[in-house]
Amino acid sequence: MIHWNSFSEFLAMGGYGVYVWGSFGVTALIMAVEPIMVARNQRTTIARLKRQMRAESRADNRTTE
Amino acid sequence: MKDRFNLYRFASPATFYPLAGAMIPYFAAVSVVFGLAGLWLGMLVAPTDFQQGEGYRIIFIHVPASWMSMFIYLVMAFWAAIGLAFNTRLSGMMAQALAPTGALMAFLSLWTGALWGKPMWGTWWVWDARLTSELILLFLYIGYMALTAAIDDARRADKAGGLLLLVGVVNIPIIYFSVKWWNTLHQGSSVNLAKSSMATTMLWGMLLMAMCFWMYSIAVAFMRVRTIMLERERHTDWVKALLAGGEK
Repeated sequence: MIHWNSFSEFLAMGGYGVYVWGSFGVTALIMAVEPIMVARNQRTTIARLKRQMRAESRADNRTTE
Repeated sequence: MKDRFNLYRFASPATFYPLAGAMIPYFAAVSVVFGLAGLWLGMLVAPTDFQQGEGYRIIFIHVPASWMSMFIYLVMAFWAAIGLAFNTRLSGMMAQALAPTGALMAFLSLWTGALWGKPMWGTWWVWDARLTSELILLFLYIGYMALTAAIDDARRADKAGGLLLLVGVVNIPIIYFSVKWWNTLHQGSSVNLAKSSMATTMLWGMLLMAMCFWMYSIAVAFMRVRTIMLERERHTDWVKALLAGGEK
């Protein structure tokens, strides 16, 4: 059922290895990095908004005192 | 009226934020399952192509990426139309959340196309209709992101960006039909409803990979739209309650 006879044959891709793996490699890299960056952006945004919210509530307290 | 199930309720960021958050893991998991199945079929089981040898296997990411690059743009244009017509808050956020993923899909389409073109046509790039219109699609994505980023007021940015999206939508049928309308180096479509030119395992491998890319795009867009929602709605009660409640 598996098309390949050996792992090295699989890697060689019938002589098209550079093109095939160059395509799959960059795609895999992008699809791994994009979600990581989006998740990190979410965390830093939440942290920043929390800081701003605390700073604003401190400023509010000062004006009411 | 109040008790009736109301679809518009989900158009409110306060409702959509937790809903999207709950759905992200499922879309991600389904994407991984489709991806593994598609790679198994496409890279391990599918036979050699009689014309292109093993080099044709680039199709398993080239076609899904190209489809998604066009489909994401259509979805963005749809949200732009809704936003311009009904002035809904969610639509601009959705369009903005999709844009970077659409741009990456357009880039992957061009990148894998170049790596496929070199061994098959003898060149990384030609200025023919299919390739040029796909490059214009990438520029439309980048232009949309630059334009919306340059306008400080979010609602005005949505309107300007939305207009750009609606004007640019003319490019999508040009990409799709370019291989029919003009003489081009690019091969015709591999899948067609009447009869497909591909072996069954190749076709299934490609469709599974397309589903993988589709679910991936939804998951990432949902992740991104949540950040945009927090940022834009930071002065609203629901965001303040969320942050005070220890949202990580």
